[in-house]
Amino acid sequence: MAMQTLTQRLANPTRFMALSARLLPWIGALAAALIVLGLYMAFFTAPPDYQQGHTAKIMYVHVPAAWLAMFGYALVAASSFGLLVFRHPLADVSAKAAAPIGAVFTFLCLVTGSLWGKPMWGAFWAWDPRLTSVLILFFLYLGLIALRSSIEDEQLAGNLTAILAIVGIVILPIIRFSVDWNSIHQQPSVSRLGMPAIHPSILWPLLVMAAGMTLLFAALHLKAMRNEILRRRVKALRLVEVQSAAGLAQPAE
Amino acid sequence: MTPWDLGPHAAFIWASYAIVAVVLAVLAGWLMFDGRRQQRLIDGLEARGVRRRSSRSGAETG
Repeated sequence: MAMQTLTQRLANPTRFMALSARLLPWIGALAAALIVLGLYMAFFTAPPDYQQGHTAKIMYVHVPAAWLAMFGYALVAASSFGLLVFRHPLADVSAKAAAPIGAVFTFLCLVTGSLWGKPMWGAFWAWDPRLTSVLILFFLYLGLIALRSSIEDEQLAGNLTAILAIVGIVILPIIRFSVDWNSIHQQPSVSRLGMPAIHPSILWPLLVMAAGMTLLFAALHLKAMRNEILRRRVKALRLVEVQSAAGLAQPAE
Repeated sequence: MTPWDLGPHAAFIWASYAIVAVVLAVLAGWLMFDGRRQQRLIDGLEARGVRRRSSRSGAETG
């Protein structure tokens, strides 16, 4: 028998359920530990910013939320590609589970950015290219969730949502480069070619918080995928029950 | 100066962290609740003798 790839092995939802049940507590515990460490570093070791003072501490939740807002959408789009091209059994489950989580992180990015903007820019909101493009990302997430929930047929809903998700991926480079378009938002400081423009005393707490929140995203996504698989089993069992009652199939016992 | 003395904009900093904590806790709590609810539904259906065709045939496909 040819060697199976990891994605092929995980194509069986039962195998995925067993593996994710074992991994979930470890990922959750590691996420919690890293977030506690990151919070300690943010509040006890990181110095205040020389211009913004302590207000820059909002960065330790705002920046990871922004990264995960974009990562979440990339995950939805990649899962959608997996559904449309490879018909992977778990691709639609992954896309459906990731969308609300990505929407939550985008919401947190917008709210914490707004709370950072008021003391620094003098306004909670500005129709700036970066802010506006992230708001569009949030609406895209809501559109994906609304489109899926408006269609009864699970397979049709998955296919149509996948097409919208793949078309919508154009928002990611727009967000990335929007800071170059006459934006009041600062330029990237960490993900620059060459060295990051942040002192290590501020960069390390940010990276630890980002790692912790990324693992938290992974744990939430795994849990949401498990719930979706269970929901589909409930649906399948109810169908069997209805068919049994109608005499179309015999019950197991 | 203590780590809790966050200057004139402390309210914005605390509000940011509080909103992130509350929203993520609600999301995690909802996912735990939803998982337990789905499992209870499956247990109820199986208690009534309903089995997936895959379980009956012995070939588990999810």
